[in-house]
Amino acid sequence: MTTELLVKELVEKNGRCRNSLMPILQGIVQKEHYLSEEAMLSVAKELDLSAADVYGTASFYTFLDTVPRGKNVIRVCKTITCHMKGREEIIEAISNHLKIKVGETTHDKKFTLLTANCLGWCHKGPVMLINDEVYPELTPAKTVEILEKYGKEQ
Amino acid sequence: METKLKKVDIIFEDDKTISPIGILEKTIKRSADEIILDLIDSGLKGRGGAGFPTGLKWKFTRNEDSEVKYVICNADEGEPGTFKDREILDRVPEKIFTGMAICGYVIGAKEGYIYIRGEYNFLLKSIQAKLDKFNNEMKQKHIDFTIYLKSGSGAYVCGEESALFESMEGKRGEPRNKPPYPTVAGYNNKPTVINNVETLVYTTMICHMGPEKFKALGTTDSRGSKVFSVSGDTPIPGIYELELGMPLNKFVEEFGDGDAKAIQVGGASGHCVPRKKFNDTIIGFEGIPTGGSMMIFNSSRSMYNVLHDYLEFFTEESCGQCTPCRVGCQQLLKGIEAVKRGERSPSYLDDLKKLTNTMKIAAKCGLGQSVGNPFNSIVDNFREEIIY
Repeated sequence: MTTELLVKELVEKNGRCRNSLMPILQGIVQKEHYLSEEAMLSVAKELDLSAADVYGTASFYTFLDTVPRGKNVIRVCKTITCHMKGREEIIEAISNHLKIKVGETTHDKKFTLLTANCLGWCHKGPVMLINDEVYPELTPAKTVEILEKYGKEQ
Repeated sequence: METKLKKVDIIFEDDKTISPIGILEKTIKRSADEIILDLIDSGLKGRGGAGFPTGLKWKFTRNEDSEVKYVICNADEGEPGTFKDREILDRVPEKIFTGMAICGYVIGAKEGYIYIRGEYNFLLKSIQAKLDKFNNEMKQKHIDFTIYLKSGSGAYVCGEESALFESMEGKRGEPRNKPPYPTVAGYNNKPTVINNVETLVYTTMICHMGPEKFKALGTTDSRGSKVFSVSGDTPIPGIYELELGMPLNKFVEEFGDGDAKAIQVGGASGHCVPRKKFNDTIIGFEGIPTGGSMMIFNSSRSMYNVLHDYLEFFTEESCGQCTPCRVGCQQLLKGIEAVKRGERSPSYLDDLKKLTNTMKIAAKCGLGQSVGNPFNSIVDNFREEIIY
């Protein structure tokens, strides 16, 4: 589906008003993994907002990426309790396995590695999100296993 | 003598005799004023951290003259060390819906929204399914109230109520000036009750069991119980519903690993209590309040790292619209780094403490205003760890 069609569909579903901006942008990120300039311009046109207004909202939120991301976005919790429970080892395991650093995307565009502030699993750290799925109580070995599973998916 | 803390089972209680929707039907047979009086009488204060009396919030909104009003459940749980709302959303969402519907009846609102942080998106499917069922049941029983789900996108500051409204209106999550308060002009500038997840469940349960049973728990200033999120250096991390007003030393005895040197009460924006003050610290509105976060640090932990972590967190999560918070957070972080490296003298920490006072007065919202809590309590109690 083209970006323009996707935007039209999301506007249809959520309503043609400013209050629908967040769900519309969230819907685009879910399908295209980030908000391209084309997508934001097309939202602006549909909702009769200025492009700057749409970009202003989009750029405020960590989960509304405005740069290209991989199909699977990994967010490792970096807040204190996960830090204490070994988040560094988890990040290192992911980095080594995917050959990318934090903030980077793999060449095949399958994975992006990011860190995030408290994910709300402090009693079961270290923890990461892959897209919307949550993986608590990680060990480096368990983390690699999970990544291998995602790697096999088309 | 009984030394164990009293465990309470109100929030997650599985009462087979009455369903949440049964509680709703029973409650809306009473007058709105009676319900408000019960809530005020119960002494329930907001469980998100700020602690505003819930009954009064409902009363103020009820008194506003407006065709359109809203009930919003703040499920943007982002305070580091807090995870109790996720558990409540997952296990007993119907009790949240019921609290919202009772509130809708009391204040005269027809629409309710639950704003859930994006980090909890994996919960959306199951909550939506339960919500559809609940909305249908309300329709069948001719209760004119509908609840919708809204999702956040990873901004801590959106837990601040006016930033949350901005986000729901499709804008940047930047807090508004107050007044006007949400009870007068909230979502879409209409009178709005915005309550924390846990608060709404307590309203349901107080309507069910009466204010007396709730009031019997806790202390004069901190009535009732509270769900605590316990993490850090503890053999038993997790979620516990405990009586409010407990002495911190009792808490440490039960949850610590025997070597606790400090407890961070109330998350990154809360206060750090060192071991020597465990005995005379009360957890509650008369002592140190908390939205539920209890992080335990033992003597192997560097308090410099803890403070550094919190300041990094605030630097990233500051929305950036007001200068005291945007620049203040950065300067505090750079400041302790410079002192650690020896580029600044230890007395620079006192200048930074003055900066937190400025932030407390001049920052626009609770985020910037509360950075001084962890900063001052950690610097005052662990000064040598910050310097050397």
